[in-house]
Amino acid sequence: MMLTELTIAAAQGGLRRREFSATELVGAHVAAIERLNGRLNAFITVTSDLALDAARRADAILAGGEDAPALTGIPLGIKDLFCTDGVRTTAASRMLEDFVPPYESTVTANLLADGAVFVGKTNLDEFAMGSANITSAFGSVENPWKRAGDEATVLVPGGSSGGSAAAVAARLAMGATGTDTGGSIRQPASYCGIAGIKPTYGRCSRWGTIAFASSLDQAGPMARTVEDCAILLQSMAGFDVRDSTSVDIAVPDYRAACGRSLKGMKVGIPAEYRVAGMPAEVEAAWEQGIAWLRDAGCEIVEVSLPYTKYGLATYYIVAPAECSSNLARYDGVRFGRRVPGESLDALYEATRREGFGAEVRRRILMGTYVLSAGYYDAYYLRAQKVRNLIRKDFENAFRTVDVLLTPTAPSPAFAQGEKMDDPVQMYLNDVFTVPASMAGVPAMSVPAGLSAFGLPLGLQVIGRSFDEESVFAAASALERAAGFTHRPAVRAEVV
Amino acid sequence: MSLDPATVRRIARLARIGIDESDLPALQRELNGILGWIEQLNEVDIDGVEPMVGTGHAALRMREDVVTDGGVRDAVLSNAPDAAGPYYTVPKVVE
Repeated sequence: MMLTELTIAAAQGGLRRREFSATELVGAHVAAIERLNGRLNAFITVTSDLALDAARRADAILAGGEDAPALTGIPLGIKDLFCTDGVRTTAASRMLEDFVPPYESTVTANLLADGAVFVGKTNLDEFAMGSANITSAFGSVENPWKRAGDEATVLVPGGSSGGSAAAVAARLAMGATGTDTGGSIRQPASYCGIAGIKPTYGRCSRWGTIAFASSLDQAGPMARTVEDCAILLQSMAGFDVRDSTSVDIAVPDYRAACGRSLKGMKVGIPAEYRVAGMPAEVEAAWEQGIAWLRDAGCEIVEVSLPYTKYGLATYYIVAPAECSSNLARYDGVRFGRRVPGESLDALYEATRREGFGAEVRRRILMGTYVLSAGYYDAYYLRAQKVRNLIRKDFENAFRTVDVLLTPTAPSPAFAQGEKMDDPVQMYLNDVFTVPASMAGVPAMSVPAGLSAFGLPLGLQVIGRSFDEESVFAAASALERAAGFTHRPAVRAEVV
Repeated sequence: MSLDPATVRRIARLARIGIDESDLPALQRELNGILGWIEQLNEVDIDGVEPMVGTGHAALRMREDVVTDGGVRDAVLSNAPDAAGPYYTVPKVVE
């Protein structure tokens, strides 16, 4: 049995039936990381010894009987934005190169309490700012997929959770945590041929997750199946008094929702997502998804979300504004990098120049400008108002439909080096994912098929606030219809 | 609205990010590119629209006024780039 090919759901059963041990399961993934991480650079920090110790403890618990927590012995990658007690947490920034948190984030603490084993901290765009995982201070991540007949060209895994997506796609971990501010779970999931969900804002605690844009940041799972995402979100989600935006509402049975019938479900197709210049293969995948959902018993409804086209521009005011405020804490005094200076201001300026990469500096400067005296109303306040209009678009649509279906990204994965000259061109990768982030509603990417060059294309299901269940149900139906069994060229058993 | 070099310098100063004169042309070009692109929001009619400051699902909560955390000085100081005993250090700010 190829242990690295199992789903989490299958491994849960196999571990309990003692068909293999947690030590074997974790060991297979640790060995795969040792073989492939030098090439893919999916992990910034590999924690093999800690993982194997945890696996041995998991085996002791599993030997004790039926009461083992749900994720006992399941090897996961953790985006290096979640603080992990005693394990270096960098946010892929030079600023936090040597930062070792003395505490555990709520999301990772929930996973650990359920028995999960962490095999390492996954690479990302610096402070989660990027769409291609090329802004990491620890080097870019290679997408394990290759264009057909072109082994040489290195493709990006998407971003910012690109390391998590690459690790899961290449079978270096069974699942991973991601965070999504404007598409950072869904877009890399689409580029790497896996599933990933950004739950409703407030569903997962943000406590202990390094902040980028606090009104948008939301943690979520990435895995190779929709059901595995449901299993992971079940553990990650839940009310937390330490996050004032955490919502005190019961977490339903997500796994059960995956098997729900779609009969009578109304699926909205937003006209505004048919953007000019969309590649025909992306449009074709979308049409195929519509047909699959119709066949599953859904009623397809054309809907309009007229403010969609302002989503990205709004995002690139709101997110940098919040980032400039959140990242003010990196001052070289209390933690993180320090570059000495003659005066306190000189110390700040030298530290922040050297500690932050170009994209992070650019966003801090943009955010500082839109919040500065005289420009606040023209930019930031206006953007907050447009954001409200974008949210109302979704509220209006969800009066008549249960979920929305769109493409996840306007293209399949592109090559390293493409789209790098102009920040705005890079930002356009998030055109379909940003609006749901602005509204705070849950959204999931699921692999739907392959492009002409053999690269994965994802479809996005967007749901009402706190109705992840309908999202899981629709995404599961798409997954069953797609029968996506393609695997990337670079993966654990192919070296 | 277009940023001149003096404005870029002023923003960098506000953000406490050191920049060299040689950085200015590229920064000015990139920031102006982004600003030019977000100007499209000016065409949106926002009369009477409330600003959205959050999703509004979480209610602010009251709790007992008791200590729930703390007493972990050494853990707090464990990542200080430079500490002297129980203190963070900074360059001299008062002559």
